[in-house]
Amino acid sequence: MAKNKIRRIDMLIFTIIGYIVLGCISILCLIPFLLTVSGSFTDDSSLFEYGYRLIPQEFSLEAYKLIFQAPEVIAKAYGVTIVLVFTGTLLGLFFISMTSYVLHRKDFKYRNKFSFFFFFTTLFSGGLVPWYLVMIGLGMKNNYLALLLPHLFSVFHIIIMRTFFTSIPESIGESAKLDGAGDFTIFARLYLPMSIPALSTIGLFIALTYWNDWYPAMLFITNPDMMPLQYHLYKVFNSMQAAQIVAQKTGIPVAQMPAETFKMAMTVIVTGPVILVYPFIQKYFVKGMTVGAVKG
Amino acid sequence: MHRTNSLLTELKKNKMLFLMLIPAVLYFIIFSYLPMGGIIVAFKYFEFDKGIFGSPWVGFKNFAFFFQSGQAWLLTKNTILYNLAFIAAGMAVQVGVAILFSELKGRHIKKMMQSSLLLPYFISWVVVGSFVFGIFNYEFGSLNTLLKGWGMSPVDVYGNPSIWFFIIVGFYLWKLVGYGSIVYLAAIMGINPELYESADLDGANIFQKIRHITLPLLKTTIIIMILLQVGGILRGNFDMFYQLVGNNSLLFNQTDVIDTFVFRALNQQGLDLGMPAAVGLYQSAVGFIIIVSLNALIKKINPDYALF
Repeated sequence: MAKNKIRRIDMLIFTIIGYIVLGCISILCLIPFLLTVSGSFTDDSSLFEYGYRLIPQEFSLEAYKLIFQAPEVIAKAYGVTIVLVFTGTLLGLFFISMTSYVLHRKDFKYRNKFSFFFFFTTLFSGGLVPWYLVMIGLGMKNNYLALLLPHLFSVFHIIIMRTFFTSIPESIGESAKLDGAGDFTIFARLYLPMSIPALSTIGLFIALTYWNDWYPAMLFITNPDMMPLQYHLYKVFNSMQAAQIVAQKTGIPVAQMPAETFKMAMTVIVTGPVILVYPFIQKYFVKGMTVGAVKG
Repeated sequence: MHRTNSLLTELKKNKMLFLMLIPAVLYFIIFSYLPMGGIIVAFKYFEFDKGIFGSPWVGFKNFAFFFQSGQAWLLTKNTILYNLAFIAAGMAVQVGVAILFSELKGRHIKKMMQSSLLLPYFISWVVVGSFVFGIFNYEFGSLNTLLKGWGMSPVDVYGNPSIWFFIIVGFYLWKLVGYGSIVYLAAIMGINPELYESADLDGANIFQKIRHITLPLLKTTIIIMILLQVGGILRGNFDMFYQLVGNNSLLFNQTDVIDTFVFRALNQQGLDLGMPAAVGLYQSAVGFIIIVSLNALIKKINPDYALF
C-alpha cells in the first residue's frame, strides 16, 4: 500500500512537470509561426507604434492585396519550385534506387569497391571553390540544371535503399532471371513496385530538400524569372530589387508599399503549402526517420 | 593480366549492372572527384580568364596568408565552439524530450505536442531567418514590443554581438528538437519492458527508473550520436549562419564560421579564389583526419556503429 502511494505521488510530480515542460516547448515551437501570420495581417503603418504582436493591433489585408496585384511574380517562383520538386524527386528516386539495386546484388563482384567509391565523397571533398568552378565550367550560370543537380544523388539515401533491397528475398529475382528477364527489367518491374513504402519516405525527404533549397540559386541564378521560392523570399528580405519589381508591376511606389508586413505575408505564402501537407506526411516522415536511424 | 581478365569477364557477365551504375559513377566523378582534383587551386593565384591550369603557382602562400591574418584561429574557434554547443545542448534537450514522451500517458495530447515540436524541421532556414528578423528587429520586433509593453527600454539585438551565440544555439535547438528526439525515442522504445516491470515490483519510483534503467541503456546511442556529430565538427551549418546573420559584419567576430567565410570570399567577385580554396582544403583535410580517427574509436566501442 505504502509503495503504491509513493509511486502515485512521484508519477504525479513527473506528469505535471513533464506536461509543463513539453507544453512550453511546444508553444515555443509554434510562436514564431503565429507571430508571422499575425504580422502579415497587421496594418503596416501601425507597426512602428505597436510592433509585431500575437494579435494584430490594426487588422489589414494590404500586404496580401499587394502580392496578388502582381501575382505573376510569386507565381513564377512557385512554378520553378514545383517543377523542381517533381522532377528532382522522380529523377532522384529513379537514379538512387537503380544504383542501390546494383550495389545490393551479391553476385556483382565489384559492389564493395563501388560502394566505397560513393561513400568516400562523404568523408572528403574538394570544398566549395573547386565545386563552384566545375559548375561554372559546365555552364550552370542561369541554368535550371544548377538547381536540379546538387541534390540528385545522396550517398545516405543510396545506403538506405541498398539496405531495403537486401531485405527482399533473392529468390524473387532469381526465378525471374530463369524466365529470361534482364537485370534492368527485374529492377524496374519487380523491385521498384515492391519498394513503394521505402521510396515514398525517401521521396519525401528529397522533395523537402528541393522545396527548401535556396543555396544553388544564390550561387548560380541571377535572372529574376528563374528564381525558386525560397530564394525569392530571401531576396524580398535582403534586397530592394524584389520590391522594385513589385512596384513596377503594380504601379505603387516603393515608399508607399506596406514593406514590412509584405515580408511577413511573403513568408506565409512561401511556407503555407508545407504547413498544409504537414499533417498528412508527418507519419511517414517519422517512420522514415526511425528506419534511417538503423544503420545500413 | 589476371585482373583485367576478371574485370572483362565480369563486364561481360553483368553488362546491364555496369550500365545501370553509369549515371551514379559519372555524377560522382563530375561533382565530387573532379572538384577534389580542383584543390590545386589552393596552391595558385587563381585568375578566371587564365583558368585552373593557366593560373600561376604560389606554393603555400594562400595558407600562410590565412594563418598569419589571425582569421584561421578565429574561424576554427567559432566553428568548433558552436558545434560543441549544438552537440551538448542538442543532446541534453533531445534526450530529455524523448524521455518525457516515453513516460507520459496522454496519447492525443502527446501527438499534438510532437507535431508542433517537429514542425520547425520542415521549414527552410530562409523562413527561420524571417522569423528571427520579425522577433528581434529594433523598431517593431516582437521582443521590443514586449519589453516596451512592460515599461522597459528596447534592446538593439542586431548591434549586440554577444547575444548572438545564444540566439543561434537557441534556434538550432528550436529547429531540431523534434527531429533529434525521434532517434532517442526509438532507442527508448527498444528497451525491454520487463526491466521496468521488475523495477516496479522492487518499488522503484519513476526518477529511479529513468536514472538506473533508461539513461544507462541509452548510453551507447548517446555516445555514438555524439561521436558522429563530432566527426563533422569543422563543418558549419552554412544555411543557418547565413540566414540568421547574413552579411552583418558587425557580428562576425562572434558568428563567422569557416563555411560563411569561404562563401563570402567566393562571392566577392574579382578576388583571388586561391585563398578561399585553401581554407576549404584546410577544413576538408582536418575534418577527414578527425572522422577517420573517430571511426577507429567507434569501432573499439561498438563495431556495429562504425561508419566504415
